[in-house]
Amino acid sequence: MYTRRDRMFIAFLVVPSFILLGAVVLYPFIYNLILSFGNMNLTRIRDWQIIGIRQYVKILTEPMQPGFYDIFFKTIIWTVVNVVFHVTLGVFLALLLNQKVRGKSIYRTLLIIPWAIPQYIVALTWRGMFNYEYGAINLILTKYLSLPAVEWLKSPTEAFIACILTNIWLGFPFMMVVALGALQSIPQELYEAADIDGATWYHKLTKVTIPLIRPVMVPAITLGMIWTFNSLNIIWLVTNTGEPSDKTHILVSFVYKAAFNFYNFSQAAALSIFIFLILLTFSLIFMRRSKATEAAY
Amino acid sequence: MTVRSKRTALLGRFLTHAVLLLFVVFSLFPVWQVVNISLRPGNQLLSTSLELIPTGATFENYVRLFTEADFLRWLWNSTFVSLVVTVTGVVFASMAGYGFSRFRFAGRNIGLLSLLTTQMFPATMLLLPMYIMLIKLGLINSYLGVVIVYSATALPFCIWTMKGYYDTIPVSLEEAARIDGCTHFSAFYRVILPLAAPALVITALFSFMAAWSEYLVAAQILQDTRLWTLPLGLKSFESSMSTEWGMYGAGSLVVMVPVVLLFLALSRWLVSGLTLGSVKG
Repeated sequence: MYTRRDRMFIAFLVVPSFILLGAVVLYPFIYNLILSFGNMNLTRIRDWQIIGIRQYVKILTEPMQPGFYDIFFKTIIWTVVNVVFHVTLGVFLALLLNQKVRGKSIYRTLLIIPWAIPQYIVALTWRGMFNYEYGAINLILTKYLSLPAVEWLKSPTEAFIACILTNIWLGFPFMMVVALGALQSIPQELYEAADIDGATWYHKLTKVTIPLIRPVMVPAITLGMIWTFNSLNIIWLVTNTGEPSDKTHILVSFVYKAAFNFYNFSQAAALSIFIFLILLTFSLIFMRRSKATEAAY
Repeated sequence: MTVRSKRTALLGRFLTHAVLLLFVVFSLFPVWQVVNISLRPGNQLLSTSLELIPTGATFENYVRLFTEADFLRWLWNSTFVSLVVTVTGVVFASMAGYGFSRFRFAGRNIGLLSLLTTQMFPATMLLLPMYIMLIKLGLINSYLGVVIVYSATALPFCIWTMKGYYDTIPVSLEEAARIDGCTHFSAFYRVILPLAAPALVITALFSFMAAWSEYLVAAQILQDTRLWTLPLGLKSFESSMSTEWGMYGAGSLVVMVPVVLLFLALSRWLVSGLTLGSVKG
């Protein structure tokens, strides 16, 4: 179908990227897979051996500190709570901005700012704000709301909540902007028709708005879930590598710790594979259910 | 319109503004914190007041940032790494995206799917093998390592964005150019590429930010303080919280203002790129 020259041109376009991606994505992936069946750690970096699926069995059955299932459970909570807040706040604000509001573009710009700031700065700044004595959060709680100060960073639950708050702040603008784009593409006539039929705002929301922004929101939510599940910066930097005593980890931050602080390379590799499989399964199910893949091809 | 419905409309508008303002305060609060801290004089770094501008505000921290700390070196290192990643991203993504958009070749669907799959890789999955490989090659403490990892993380998204944008440009444009005697390459380079400028800008911005704002990879690969990029430098201020908190504020502001402005200017395009890439494919 293509001539020789066509084929040369296609190769010229695509081959360089494939080589690059093969070298930096495919090769590490395969190496990671092999590593996960081995026993490499800091003392055995050159003379490690393949030991089969022992790393996987160990993760699932041996009690470790903190336990795999605890971390897994916490990761689920982390992902669900964050994404639920991102989507609700995002859609809510988008609905407000989609009316005739004076200063709409200024509001929009100011509300995007959390998304625009580099994540590590967000994390370090919020960590400072959660400081017990001098942090702004406790100052507001005690001075303006007459509530007791909270030891945000010293106990596991509070530290985890602190991370979630930070991440909610960081993530709602993305959903807001996506939802706003989707809302603007809804034809106004539909609302006029609904008005004529005497629909209340609630009916308009559930029967017109939500069904029509769904096709855009579903891929965005899937992406948001994956990003949140995989988000390392906030947990790692807000809790300063998982303080107190590694009790605030989600899966990815625990893998990072296992790899680069404990140097259990093979264990970390096995955990990485777990995370990848979880996300792959989730996305396949979610995308198939919502039939969003039909639009993607 | 009756008086009553006018009144509810007015109330509705008032509530809308009130809620929006509340969220604007929420969004800007941490930014204000950074500004505030950066302006505090040395003896008030650990203050418990919540004044809008600290008493005795001074630019002392900014001066110290450039004179006492290695900030200029970090700035240079970060700029260098980010620019290399940007060029890599733009060149490879603009070509590969075009290939995926215009031609049907063996491996196309697998290629596109595998680009999506990379989004599900946890960071450690690429970082750990690379890290071990770099140790074995003796390449720890080299920019080559970070540039490779950053390009690898940014490229899949960039290719998708470019492909999505090329898809919206009619094929008839190239056909016309070909009839006029253009080669494949010059039809691409002279006709299509200029039209894809918005997507190129997004690709450039995204690759730049991927490198400019990255901490966790750099922390493992760049251990020599002379090679530090901005994130590593700013984190080092924070680690010694009590002493350098003011310089942290000043440094963060200098680092984030340009990227935030750039981001805001381009945000409209960024989102259309995202939705084009993910929805219409």
